[in-house]
Amino acid sequence: MKPDQLLYPTPKGLYCEAGGFYIDPVAPVDRALITHGHSDHARAGHGHVLATEETLDIMAIRYGADFAGSRQVATLGEVMTINGVTVHFHPAGHVLGSAQIAVETGPTRIVVSGDYKRRRDPTCLPFEPVSCDVFITEATFGLPVFRHPADTGEVAKLMTSLAQFPERAHLVGAYSLGKAQRVIRLIRETGYDAPIYIHGALQRLCDFYVERGIDLGPLEPATLASGGKRSFAGAIVVGPPSAFADRWARRFADPLPIFASGWMLVRQRAKQRGVELPMIISDHCDWDELIATIEGIRPGEVWVTHGREEALVRWCALQGLPAKPLHLVGYEDEGGEA
Amino acid sequence: MKAFAALLDRLVLTPQRNAKITLLTDYFRATPDPDRGYALAAIAGTLTLKTVKPALLRELVLERMDEVLFRYSYDYVGDLAETIALVWQAPEDMRANRSPPLGEVIDALQAAGRTEVRSLVRTLLDRLDASERFAFLKLVTGGFRIGVSARLARQALADFGGVDAMEIETLWHGLDPPYVALFEWLEGKADKPEPESRTIFHPVMLAHPVEDRDLAGILPTDYAAEWKWDGIRIQLSANGGNRRLYSRSGDDISHAFPDIVEAAAFEGVIDGELLIGTASRAGGTTRSFSDLQQRLNRKAVSKAMLTEYPAFVRAYDLLFDGNEDVRAESFLARRARLAAVIEQLPSDRFDLSPLVPFDSWDELERLRADPPDPVIEGVMIKGLQTSYLPGRVKGPWFKWKRNPHTVDAVMMYAQRGHGKRSSYYSDFTFGVWTQAEGRDVLVPVGKAYFGFTDEELEVLDRFVRNNTVERFGPVRSVLAEPDKGFVLEVAFEGIARSSRHKSGVAMRFPRIARLRQDKLPREADRLDTLLAMID
Repeated sequence: MKPDQLLYPTPKGLYCEAGGFYIDPVAPVDRALITHGHSDHARAGHGHVLATEETLDIMAIRYGADFAGSRQVATLGEVMTINGVTVHFHPAGHVLGSAQIAVETGPTRIVVSGDYKRRRDPTCLPFEPVSCDVFITEATFGLPVFRHPADTGEVAKLMTSLAQFPERAHLVGAYSLGKAQRVIRLIRETGYDAPIYIHGALQRLCDFYVERGIDLGPLEPATLASGGKRSFAGAIVVGPPSAFADRWARRFADPLPIFASGWMLVRQRAKQRGVELPMIISDHCDWDELIATIEGIRPGEVWVTHGREEALVRWCALQGLPAKPLHLVGYEDEGGEA
Repeated sequence: MKAFAALLDRLVLTPQRNAKITLLTDYFRATPDPDRGYALAAIAGTLTLKTVKPALLRELVLERMDEVLFRYSYDYVGDLAETIALVWQAPEDMRANRSPPLGEVIDALQAAGRTEVRSLVRTLLDRLDASERFAFLKLVTGGFRIGVSARLARQALADFGGVDAMEIETLWHGLDPPYVALFEWLEGKADKPEPESRTIFHPVMLAHPVEDRDLAGILPTDYAAEWKWDGIRIQLSANGGNRRLYSRSGDDISHAFPDIVEAAAFEGVIDGELLIGTASRAGGTTRSFSDLQQRLNRKAVSKAMLTEYPAFVRAYDLLFDGNEDVRAESFLARRARLAAVIEQLPSDRFDLSPLVPFDSWDELERLRADPPDPVIEGVMIKGLQTSYLPGRVKGPWFKWKRNPHTVDAVMMYAQRGHGKRSSYYSDFTFGVWTQAEGRDVLVPVGKAYFGFTDEELEVLDRFVRNNTVERFGPVRSVLAEPDKGFVLEVAFEGIARSSRHKSGVAMRFPRIARLRQDKLPREADRLDTLLAMID
């Protein structure tokens, strides 16, 4: 079977006709394989969901225990068969529980990377390269301008600012699944052991990370009672980025808006959002990681999805590597959980 | 270069004045000479560097990069320096190198000959990281805008050294980058530097606004009154052919006003108002502030500009008569000297600000309300016996401005503020009614983000959140219909025609004077009313 018969895009998402399943479908389907728990990839209402245990748990936290008709745990590395199509999951290094999904029939193997990154993340397993005929890669940061600096340096900027502006509440915007916990963990690795205050939307996911053995140190709700008279002066408060433009943010003393995201690399982006301290920390590959991954895996062909497809396709063409954009809709790009 | 780049990255995104000062003083404290002095010069605009053409930078980046990938990148980022800073890839063996300090980069640039620039820029880009490359490219392309004025930089120096900002302003134009002697003094390691040039800037004497009861406590006979002209306050220094024109905050604006500099054939230091038109001694008239704006903030001034918008100085005071410091003399004594100096100067370029005779404060108030010239924005009240005191000392000088214009306008858009106001909609675009295609529509006439109290801001913010029609990023359009909407009383200092605004008018210094919840949008003012106010 040709690769583009094994898996092809449909309005509901990437579809495997032979296996009768979708990967990360954007609309309810009978059978879904899910790469990770971000809401644009993992939606509620499918008949049957196959995903890693952590991803299933995350979906239950976000959507309630009845988020799907039935569910099945995919153990990393275990070979499974669905209607004669072989599938296996491998770590993607994106967030806790994130996986790439290999789909094969006969001699043809396609790896769907889902979202992934290559650098160290203390809150999830590292990306595992899987050889394949077709590698489907994301391209969220698929432009040569995106070269994310070392995250230690980015966290150091926050710590410097805390010392410089002890009278201001440092409000760190970070997406509630993955980024928030990673940022908190990175802050802990600098030796910072004071309580970190979190927005209510982060509570259950942080609890879940802690249950899975990731030490986030003392966390307290960012409520008026816990902030006391000082109104969080000199404290670190972590919350979803949208909350900082909300009335919720008024409880803080002279807030210093911070945003942990790969988008913060572009100054105008930071300025538009009113961010004073950008922290360039991403859960996606930067340009160098994308091309190093493709060079490492050496697939026969590359399909590029959500993001800046054209630049990565152009780069593949310059390498003499067949590549095409795979036009999938429904995944957040601009300002998404990047 | 690392610390400098980090400082710029923070300054660009920091809106609060005090936070900017903290960032600057911390940098001055932590950074050695000459780097901090060069950084100061770069920020305050006193650093002269060879500029590198964008075309050269483009060529350098394309030596190593596919043109199509570069184009995709540039299209996305939109700023050439930033794109190159981000996409530049140093060879593997260059990356481990120590990044050069700012001083070394500037020395290398200044020493490089014409033919060496290309390879020097390439080598520097290789040795710097992305953030440093951005700072470097902004320096050498002359596109250095970081939201810090020279004045704010001097305030940061004053805070750093624990001295008064006026002391820095006095020294400033007598010193050159990298300001080593200045920093040594501010750190208490050396005496205060004494610049040789006598054309340095001297701190200006400022007036207090007249407040309730101020006038009840003083006698009209102890004071003189002058018109307050709507130009910009300047200080003109001339010493042995060396002439400088300063703004009241000590910025050297000589290059923008060669007509004034050329006419300044005197010895001493004059305090006055810079205006457009012809001085009254030559029988001329004074033109509006918007004409003056044509000549402000320009790097070069064309011949046509000089002819079309001639500048002159209306003199208020004299600080130095020749080499003699006369600031300790009385207002009347200084004014007599000033009159003699002005008499010698070209009659079309210099005149003496006339005194306004009055017997009582009531009489002066009447004169203030109905001045003889539209370019007058109020009166100045000056103690006859007082010396010229730098800064804003209460008592010797008062300013009594004409009441502002007001207009009732309708809120059209609101934008979230910064810093403390980041969770409030606090910047408001307002409009007035006009006819278009046979019906009444609102046309935006200005934007204001202050004038209201904290309590009023709560009210405004609640209105915006509950009446949003559309969202565009941080901006919301709000309900603004004849019978539904929010009327704002907007106060402003003046209004002028403007081709840059859709409405054709631009307000000066607009602010929210009152919330008019008692009014319906249909009762707000019309554009014709504003057009009629244009002087």
